[in-house]
Amino acid sequence: MSDKNTGTPYMSAELRTAIDLTDTTVDDSFDLKSWDMVVSLGLSRQLTTGQALLELAGAGHDEIVVCTADLGRPTQVANFGRQYPERYFNFGIAERNMIGAAAGLATTGFTPVISNYSFFLALMGVENIRNDICYPNLPVKLVGTHSGIAMGFYGTSHHCCEDIGALRTMANLTLLAPCDGNAILAALKSTITHPGPIYYRVGRGRETPVYDSPPEWHIGGSRRLREGDDITVLATGNLVAAALQAREILARERIGLRVVDMYSLRPLDRQAVRDAVEDHGVVVSAEEHNVTGGFGAAVAEVMAEEGLGGRLVKIGMPDSYSILGPPTHLYRHYGLDGEGVARRVREALQQ
Amino acid sequence: MSRPVQNTPREEIREKARMIRREVVRLTDICGSGHYGSAFSIAELLSVLYYQLLNVRPQEPDWPDRDRFTMGKGHAAIGLYPVLADLGYFPREDLDNYTRLGSPLGDHPDMRKVKGADFSSGSIGHNLSVSVGMALGLKLKRSPARVVCMMGDGEQTEGQIWEAAISGAHWKLDNLIGLVDINGAGSDGDPQQTMRTEPLADKWRAFGWEVIVLKDGHDLQQTFEALNRALNEPRDRPCCVLAYTVAGKGVSFMEGTWQWHLGFLGPTDRERAYAEIEASRIG
Repeated sequence: MSDKNTGTPYMSAELRTAIDLTDTTVDDSFDLKSWDMVVSLGLSRQLTTGQALLELAGAGHDEIVVCTADLGRPTQVANFGRQYPERYFNFGIAERNMIGAAAGLATTGFTPVISNYSFFLALMGVENIRNDICYPNLPVKLVGTHSGIAMGFYGTSHHCCEDIGALRTMANLTLLAPCDGNAILAALKSTITHPGPIYYRVGRGRETPVYDSPPEWHIGGSRRLREGDDITVLATGNLVAAALQAREILARERIGLRVVDMYSLRPLDRQAVRDAVEDHGVVVSAEEHNVTGGFGAAVAEVMAEEGLGGRLVKIGMPDSYSILGPPTHLYRHYGLDGEGVARRVREALQQ
Repeated sequence: MSRPVQNTPREEIREKARMIRREVVRLTDICGSGHYGSAFSIAELLSVLYYQLLNVRPQEPDWPDRDRFTMGKGHAAIGLYPVLADLGYFPREDLDNYTRLGSPLGDHPDMRKVKGADFSSGSIGHNLSVSVGMALGLKLKRSPARVVCMMGDGEQTEGQIWEAAISGAHWKLDNLIGLVDINGAGSDGDPQQTMRTEPLADKWRAFGWEVIVLKDGHDLQQTFEALNRALNEPRDRPCCVLAYTVAGKGVSFMEGTWQWHLGFLGPTDRERAYAEIEASRIG
């Protein structure tokens, strides 16, 4: 009993001091392995949307209003609501109404930031995003969290492997994919005044961090994180960290991997694609999304349109509905972890 | 949120409604297909709103404190365009290019192309949500502006309408007015036969809105009283006006029919319609 404060898988001593446990009901009288929502949500430390918005509001961005559909806590924007209650609108579980109302708010001079699970935002709300936000080109910012298979065993219904495909056909819409907490800070802070709509595709907040501080960021850009002589991985979202891990694994086999964070999905950094083909011939795209119609397909379009030649290996979700399981197991199952990326790179080089 | 009211003579309002119907017939002739029934049923509602009640500045379409008018039933925009042109938002000649290739004026309104159109529409059921957002934003800005969202009776089956109704009541949006044009005509006939939504007054009241029943949305006195009450009477909640109207009102062979929800009039029938509209003295 004496080691209650020293840690469970959820509550290491380090975490206990790092996260806000004000509202938790789990005190020392509970079993070491017990946890409530407050503890769980405290672990989503890469979901920095609320922090970014608070910093922006603190810097004088009075035009920011935040909208959510009963997911303010899980998507980490409730902190904005506590500080700016008059500019925080929780619509309850009514995503389409929220998207339309955000468009209406935008017409009155505000910059609405919607924070919601990506599936219920981008796929349930796709028609409202199209007709209410993109068609009138309103500056609504949409942050879709828990994208890809991050929802794990909550089920295939909650997996979102189609949002890039659905949204990259929407005129006026910019698509960005910050891969960790620092990237979210950079993305939101550098684009909040962008005059059109933006969809930020983010994870569940437990991603392996890639950046030590907010990186330089601009729409249409990319970031070459590591150099390598043999092959390029163009990665997005969670797959950036996986590609970095793969690079470590392959370095031991004397394979040099260039890793590029393709954080701007639309517009795409075409030069990064050109460089990859010209320097290495074989290009690997890596995404937590259906390989049909997603990021890899966008890379393929550039290669074909520009007649670059070269060969493309697409890492991503197969064109079928995902199975469920704990997220880490799923990433391993679908080869979306370091080992999986390394394996596909080896295969690509052998062909 | 009371605002000034224009004491426009009754006969002038009648003539504006005639103008709307005439133009609907003329513009439909340009493209060969139009929502006569849906536009005729709202001619008096539009006339009373735009020539008596809404505070707008046609010379300053983006005036932040303007009252907003949104259309859930965007397919009746052909009735709105003549009013906007008449008020001076854009030249009347622009109407002559209605629906022609590249025209800003289509069957459904586009806020980025049509001055005076406060929001685009096309997807039935969206614009009450948009109006909720507008009303929230205007309140945050401490604006006296009000938002009127015109919906169709068929639109009442859209689930999103009731999501928006819940949120309008939750946030006590006393600057938001829903206006349901109950003309009894949809693509598949009477919406109440297709999918019953009545009793609508009970439903809107149960969702936390004040309800005003406008028994005859073509009677100018009744219409003014109902809409004036909706826009200018103080309350602590949003208000829904249930306006009972007649589809195709003003042209005898269209009145009360679903068949003229959408249609086209050949030259001789067009002349018959024009003659009836000229002779009409509605409200």
